[in-house]
Amino acid sequence: MVSRRALAFWGIVFVVLLALPQAAIALNQAFYVDLVRRAMILAIAAASLNLILGYGGLVSFGHAAYLGLGGYAVGILAFHGITLGWVQWPVAIAASALVAAAIGAISIRTSGVYFIMITLAFTQMLYYLAVSLDMYGGDDGLRLRTPSGFSGLVDLGNGLAFYYLVLGVLLLSLFTIHRIVHSRFGLVLRAAKSNDARTRAIGFSPYPYRLAAFVIAGAICGLAGALYANHTRYISPDFMSWVQSGDLMFMVILGGMGSTAGPLLGAFALILIEEVLKGWTDHWQVILGPLLVVSVIFFKRGLAGLLDKPDA
Amino acid sequence: MLEVRALVKSFGALRATDGVDLEVREGETHAIIGPNGAGKTTFIGQLAGTLRPDAGSIRFAGEDVTALPAPKRARKGLARSFQITSIYADFTALQNVALAVQAGSGHSFRFWSAASSDSALTGPAAHFLDEIGLANRKNVLAANLSHGEQRQLEVAMVLATRPRLMLLDEPMAGMGAEESQRMIELLSRLKRKQTIVLVEHDMDAVFRLADRISVLVYGRIIATDTPERIRANDEVRRAYLGEDA
Amino acid sequence: MTVSLVLEQLLNGVQLGVMLFLLAAGLTLVLGIMNMVNLAHGSLYMVGAYLAIAATQWSGSYALGVLGGLAGTLLVGMLMEVVALRTLYDRDHLDQVLATFGLILFFNEATAMIWGRTALFSSLPSWLQGSVQLLPGWHYPVYRAAVIAVGLAVGVLLWYVVTRTRLGMLIRAGASNRTMVSALGVNIRLLYTVVFGFGAALAGLAGLMAGPIYTVQPGMGELILIQVFVVIVIGGIGSIRGAFVGALIVGTVDTLGRAFLKPLLALFLSRPAAETAGPALASMLVYLLMAVVLALRPAGLFSARNA
Repeated sequence: MVSRRALAFWGIVFVVLLALPQAAIALNQAFYVDLVRRAMILAIAAASLNLILGYGGLVSFGHAAYLGLGGYAVGILAFHGITLGWVQWPVAIAASALVAAAIGAISIRTSGVYFIMITLAFTQMLYYLAVSLDMYGGDDGLRLRTPSGFSGLVDLGNGLAFYYLVLGVLLLSLFTIHRIVHSRFGLVLRAAKSNDARTRAIGFSPYPYRLAAFVIAGAICGLAGALYANHTRYISPDFMSWVQSGDLMFMVILGGMGSTAGPLLGAFALILIEEVLKGWTDHWQVILGPLLVVSVIFFKRGLAGLLDKPDA
Repeated sequence: MLEVRALVKSFGALRATDGVDLEVREGETHAIIGPNGAGKTTFIGQLAGTLRPDAGSIRFAGEDVTALPAPKRARKGLARSFQITSIYADFTALQNVALAVQAGSGHSFRFWSAASSDSALTGPAAHFLDEIGLANRKNVLAANLSHGEQRQLEVAMVLATRPRLMLLDEPMAGMGAEESQRMIELLSRLKRKQTIVLVEHDMDAVFRLADRISVLVYGRIIATDTPERIRANDEVRRAYLGEDA
Repeated sequence: MTVSLVLEQLLNGVQLGVMLFLLAAGLTLVLGIMNMVNLAHGSLYMVGAYLAIAATQWSGSYALGVLGGLAGTLLVGMLMEVVALRTLYDRDHLDQVLATFGLILFFNEATAMIWGRTALFSSLPSWLQGSVQLLPGWHYPVYRAAVIAVGLAVGVLLWYVVTRTRLGMLIRAGASNRTMVSALGVNIRLLYTVVFGFGAALAGLAGLMAGPIYTVQPGMGELILIQVFVVIVIGGIGSIRGAFVGALIVGTVDTLGRAFLKPLLALFLSRPAAETAGPALASMLVYLLMAVVLALRPAGLFSARNA
C-alpha cells in the first residue's frame, strides 16, 4: 500500500537523522546536533498544525499557543520543584488539549476570516497572560534549571541522548498523524475540507470532527512545547508569539500541505534558510520576509510536491 | 413519506416560498417543475435542511424535521443531490462513494485503522458505482470525470447513504442528449425501489419518470396532478407560455 | 478611586477607541469589499508614526510632519498594493495571511535598519501641550482631547461618505455582495484602489497621532493590530458602524480594566492575589469579551454580509 518511493524517502530520512549526530561530532561540528534537534522539535509542532491546516483546512493562526502552554507547564512545575518528566509532560499535553478544547469550541463555530482572527486573538491573550505573570518571569521568561527527569531512563541533560529521544518522538508523531489522517476520522476531516456542503449532505456534521482534530493537534504541539522547553532550557512568552505561529504556518505551507513529509521538510527548510541568512546579516528578516511573500505568490505545492504526489 | 405544510421563506421583501403545501407518497416519483425564478432551489434547500423556513412545517416519515439541520436529515434517510455538481474533486470516484457509505455506518470516530482499505466501505461503494454504471471509472479522480459522469457520481453518492427519499435537484443539468438518456434510464431503474422528489427542467425526463407533477410558480404550487392532466392544465400553460397561451 | 480619575480613564478609553476605529475602519472595508486579509495594515500604522517623526525633524514644522506622514503612508500603501497585494485578491485567505506576514517581517526589519530598535521620541508643538479644562476643576491633556476630536471628525466624515455619497453606496454594496457590484459594471479595480488608499491613509493618521502617546518602535503595528482584529470580530466584517461601536467598546473596556481591575479585585481578594490576578485578567479582558460576543453573535454585532 505504501509506495516504494515513499518507503525509500523515509528510509533515507531515518538513516540520515540517525547518523547525523555521530557525523557532526566526528567533524567537530557539534552545533549541528543542536540545530537539527531544534528543527525536529519544530517539525513535530508543524506536523500537528498540518493535521488541522493541511488536512482539515482550518487556518489556525494561533497554533504557537500550545508550544507555549507545553513549555510553561514544564517550566512552572519545575519552578515549584516538580522536575519529574513523568509528571510534567502529561500535564503539558493535558493542559494543551484542554485549552485547545476551549478555544476550539468557540472558534470552530466561525469560519473564514473570523476563524483566522479569533485564533490569533486567543493566542495573543495567552501571550499577554504569560507576560503579566511576574512570578514566572513575565516578559523576561523562566529559566529551566533542571531538565525533565525520567528516573534515569534517559538523561535529557545529555545532548546526544536528548537528540535521539526527540527523533523517536518525531517519528512516532508523524506515524500517529499518518494513521489518523487515513482513518475514518481523518477521511471525514478531509472531506469536510474538500467540500463542506457535500459532507453535510451525506450526513456528517463537520464540527465535532474539526474540534477533535483541533484538540489532538493542540496536544501534540503541547508535547513539542515540553521538548522545546528542555531544548532551549528557557521558557518565554515568545514561545507563543504571533511570529512563531506564522513560522509554523510557513513550515506547513513550504513543505506542502496535506502530506506526511511536508511539515518535516518545511521545518528543516525554514530553519536552514534562517541559519544561512543569519550568517549573512543581523537583519536577516528583511530578506526572509520578501522571500516568504515570493514563495506564497509563486510556489503553490511546496517542497513535498516536488518529491512525490501527496498521499491521497 | 414527505409532508410539507404552509412553507414560507422570505429574503427581505421577496417571498421565495409563499405558502407551499406538498405531499409525497412512498414509492412515488414526484417531479417539481416551474419557470425560472419560481423558487425551486430555495424550496429544495428547505427540504434538505440547508435553509431554515420562516414558517410552516416539514414532516418526513411521520417525524417533524423542520428544525433539523442537513446532516441529521441525511441520517434519517433524506438524501439530496445538488444542482451544481458537488462532489469531492480531489478524491477518486470510489472514495467519493465510500465516504457516503461511511456516513451511513455509525459514527466515524475511529482514529487508527485505514479507511481506504476497509472492505466494509469499499465493497458497498464499488457495488453502488456498478449500479450507476461507473464501475470502470472507480479509480479515476472525480475532477477528471466528464460532466455527465460527475452527475452520475452524485446520484451514486445519494444512493450510497441508503436513503428513504431521494431529493434530486436537476440531475440532468448541463448534460448533452446522450448523457441525459443514460441518466433517464438510470433513474427509471431506480424509481422502482425509491421514493424520489425530482426537480427538473428537462420535460422529456419529467414526463417519462414522474408519477405526479407539482408546478411551482412564484413560490406557490399552482397544481399537483398526473403528467397528462398537468399537460392539459390551462393555468400551467399560462404560467409557462405567458398570458396568450 | 475618585470621580476625576474615572473620568480621565474613561476619556483615555475613548481615545484608544478612536485610534482603534481609524485602523479598524480601513481594515474592515478591505476585508468586506476585497475579501482580503491584510496583516500588513499594522505596518502602515508604524510607517505613519515613523514618517511623521522623520518629516517633523527634517522640516522643523509639526504641520509639515503630519502632512509628510500622511502622504508618505499613502505612497507606501500604494506601493504595497501594486507590488504585493494585487496578486493576492484572488487567492485564498491562507495565502493572504502568509504573504502579508512576510510583509510585516520586511517592514519591521527595514524600520529597525533605518531607525534602530530603540523607541523614538515624538515631540509635540507647544499648542498641543499641556491640559485643557473640560469640566470645572478638571483638566485633561490637550493632545489626547485633540486625538479624540480628530477621530470623531473622521468618524462623522466616514459616516457621511458611506451613507450620503455614491461612493459610499458602492462601498456598502460591495461589502455585502462583491460579485454583484462588479457585475453591474462598476470599475472594480478603481474601487479597490480607492478603498485601499482610504484604509492606508486612516492607518497612517492613526500612526502619526500615536507617536506622542504610544511607544514608537518596530513591531508597534502588530501589538495594536490584534486589538483591531478583536474590534472587527465584535463589530462585524464590512461594517463601519460596527468598527466604531466595537472600537469604543474595546478601547474603554481595555483601558478601564487595566486601571481599575486590580483595585476592584483587591476589595474581594488578598493583596498579593489581586496583584497577580489584576493585571493578568486585565490583559485578557477584551479577548474574553470577544469570546462572549462570538458565542451570542458569531458574525459580529453589525455584520454587513447577508446569510
